[in-house]
Amino acid sequence: MKAGIVVFPGSNCDWDTYHALMGCGIESIFLWHKERDLKGCDLIVLPGGFSYGDYLRSGVLASFSPIMDSIKEFAEKGGLILGICNGFQILLESGILPGAMLRNKGLRFICKFVNIRVENNSTPFTKDIRKGDVLKIPIAHMDGNYYLPYSELEKLKRNNQIVFRYCDGKGEITDEANPNGSMENIAGIVNERGNVLGMMPHPERASFSILGSEDGRKIFQSCLNYLRER
Amino acid sequence: MKKKFRVLVMFKDGVLEPQGLTVMQVLHTMGYKEIEEVRQGKFFDIVVEGNDRVEEKISEIAKKVLANPIIERFEIIEIK
Repeated sequence: MKAGIVVFPGSNCDWDTYHALMGCGIESIFLWHKERDLKGCDLIVLPGGFSYGDYLRSGVLASFSPIMDSIKEFAEKGGLILGICNGFQILLESGILPGAMLRNKGLRFICKFVNIRVENNSTPFTKDIRKGDVLKIPIAHMDGNYYLPYSELEKLKRNNQIVFRYCDGKGEITDEANPNGSMENIAGIVNERGNVLGMMPHPERASFSILGSEDGRKIFQSCLNYLRER
Repeated sequence: MKKKFRVLVMFKDGVLEPQGLTVMQVLHTMGYKEIEEVRQGKFFDIVVEGNDRVEEKISEIAKKVLANPIIERFEIIEIK
């Protein structure tokens, strides 16, 4: 069982992710974006940061990196992929996940702890968390205002692809709890098959009690257990 | 032969574009009450060499890279 953390020029959460994964007992290596070989990894993590300085649109330039061809193949074969923040944006721009990110509604970069509610616990990433549980995990982004045309949004809901939604401390989905204007308070989604998760909050920044929350570990732990039981 | 193209990328109608909206609100505060809408977009000037399917290639690039078809539309203008 091994995780590969993809490093793009401008990734800056690669080492945090490494420490969080290793802390959860997941052996991890770094994969440079110009490589094509996924080196036998069972879990691929696209970490947060500002790949290519967020030029053109967040995540779009990284979506053309050579490693993304291998990652698309890996996704089609059912391999586990987790995109965090900029990693989520890259998955959207590469078409592996549906939708697009708009600038935050308030036009500010937001860096703070938020609450997210688990909407779907039948994914490899959430299987050991209860549905309806509230996780405290920080966000740090400028473009996290998730958008999808209404017809496709209905499909997303029907397929149960919404995994996390921004909520208040009690788990209520409210406008006040929506930090960025995201449709339906969406904070994280999976592909139809459920093997690719994209999320704006940073679980690696909530993986040790000294950081203020350990809720992020639950996601990594779920992945680990899923891969062990496979 | 060199040709120059300008690719305009705009948000689609119906997609909330907060930057243009904010500019409009400021214009209203400044007294320009007649302004009904401001939409911010971007443009790219691209110079290409050659005659072979040049416009087709620019259109392909606009579709694949410069614009995100989920939220944006584009327009190509040749600059003489």
